[in-house]
Amino acid sequence: MSGFLADVLDYGFLQKAMFTSVIVGIICGVIGCFIVLRGMSLMGDAISHAVLPGVAISYMLGVNYFYGAVVAGVLTSVGIGFVSEKSRIKNDSAIGIIFSAFFALGIILMAKAASSVDLTSILFGNVLAVRSADMWTTLAIGVIVLITVTMFYKELLVTTFDPTLAAAFGLPNRLIHYAVMVLLTLVTVASLRTVGIILVVAMLITPASTAYLLTDRLPVMIGLSALFGALSSLIGLYISFNYNLSSGAVIVLAATALFLLALFFSPKQGLLWRSVRTSRNRKAAYTGD
Amino acid sequence: MALAVNDLRVSYDGKEVLRDVHFSAPSGRLTGIIGPNGAGKSTLMKAVLGLLAIDRGTVRFDGKPLKKMRHRIAYVPQRSSIDWDFPINVRDTVLLGSYPSLGLIRRPGRPEKEEALQSLRKVGMEEYATRQIGRLSGGQQQRVFLARALLQHADHLFLDEPFVGVDAASEDVIIGLLKELRDAGKSIYVVHHDLSKAVAYFDDLLLLNGEVVAYGPAKEVLRPEHLGQAYGAFGSLIAGGESR
Repeated sequence: MSGFLADVLDYGFLQKAMFTSVIVGIICGVIGCFIVLRGMSLMGDAISHAVLPGVAISYMLGVNYFYGAVVAGVLTSVGIGFVSEKSRIKNDSAIGIIFSAFFALGIILMAKAASSVDLTSILFGNVLAVRSADMWTTLAIGVIVLITVTMFYKELLVTTFDPTLAAAFGLPNRLIHYAVMVLLTLVTVASLRTVGIILVVAMLITPASTAYLLTDRLPVMIGLSALFGALSSLIGLYISFNYNLSSGAVIVLAATALFLLALFFSPKQGLLWRSVRTSRNRKAAYTGD
Repeated sequence: MALAVNDLRVSYDGKEVLRDVHFSAPSGRLTGIIGPNGAGKSTLMKAVLGLLAIDRGTVRFDGKPLKKMRHRIAYVPQRSSIDWDFPINVRDTVLLGSYPSLGLIRRPGRPEKEEALQSLRKVGMEEYATRQIGRLSGGQQQRVFLARALLQHADHLFLDEPFVGVDAASEDVIIGLLKELRDAGKSIYVVHHDLSKAVAYFDDLLLLNGEVVAYGPAKEVLRPEHLGQAYGAFGSLIAGGESR
């Protein structure tokens, strides 16, 4: 561990990697709470895959991949909304159709894009290859996401908890849905370098779900989720650096390990305590206590 | 007139649910909206509140369109529409009622929190303030939602089936509070399906079956000929016991 810390101090690339992955862990954790509570996990998976053609086109045009990704993400969520509203196709099928089409298009476009672009690093991330520009993009996105969530926390809470009440308040549910989609796209873009397109959904869902098992209050859930996201990133980075493993995969497995701990040992919802309680109650019932 | 509905028509997927709905409700009344299953009771409430698209017709609150009156209106939806595992406790649920008056960005502060607790006291739920919302009984949940509506200080209060799955004690608390609000001059509309208590609970009734069958003082609406028209032959049988 101390060797790792010394390396962090010595190597600029490692500092960038650490800084970027912690920010990614935090913002994925925050947005992930709303994705999980809105029941949009599949949508999160879809949007993250669907940014690929946008990234490819950005490379072709020589602009920051941020712009293309946002356009592709928004087009996808609009497309999914259109198919599920205007036809009898159910929402989950609409999601499957649209995002796999975008992803497929992205694979072809990536092959056509400049040869310097490495499809694998976009798909799976490579945190040790984070450049300064990526770090600043991630930081800027992080600031935007956190400010937006803080400013519109009330509106996000009420539209997530009770959309009917939100509509009665006169809140634009649909607009807020698309705003969440845009935030989701931004977070995906920020995560490209660290965990990659394929696994970013885990960073959105897993830390948020871990937090969900531990608390009954949304502000606490958001805080814990951000903490678990950042912690997973740090653990993942450490292991991936020391054992030369794929960073995105290790970060996701670290998040999963935290989730499993909560699943079994959470004081409120943990499966272990639940089974202890059940068997105690059963015993009490048998002995007539 | 507190609420004036004119020539309202609503349809789902091309199927007409409400037609020619026309009534004017004076303010300061406790009104029950009754009718058989599928009569369009909840649909009428949602249409009036702008929660679904209407084919045609107008709705006016105190002579003004909904858009200008939203802050004067509180709505308690059916309990079934909510995720009961949501990480929110009783006090924070009530606090949602302060959101419309806070506008964008501003968060509820100490006065709002204090008032939320007062609202909870009024419905007898103060001791549950930190309880997660799903760990309450149906009646307790409904009382919490009423407390939230109180926080909105609305002149027009709409409740959709507030007594479904609710224990008798909670039902008494809720109807008592609604009558208090009515006495304070508020206009209250309740979608309700239990005819047996309709006269005891409500000043006026709106009997609905796709269209307005009858509207007026509760006793007059519950006449056999009206109920027969709304519920069929079976309805006039119930009405035999009802109107006496």
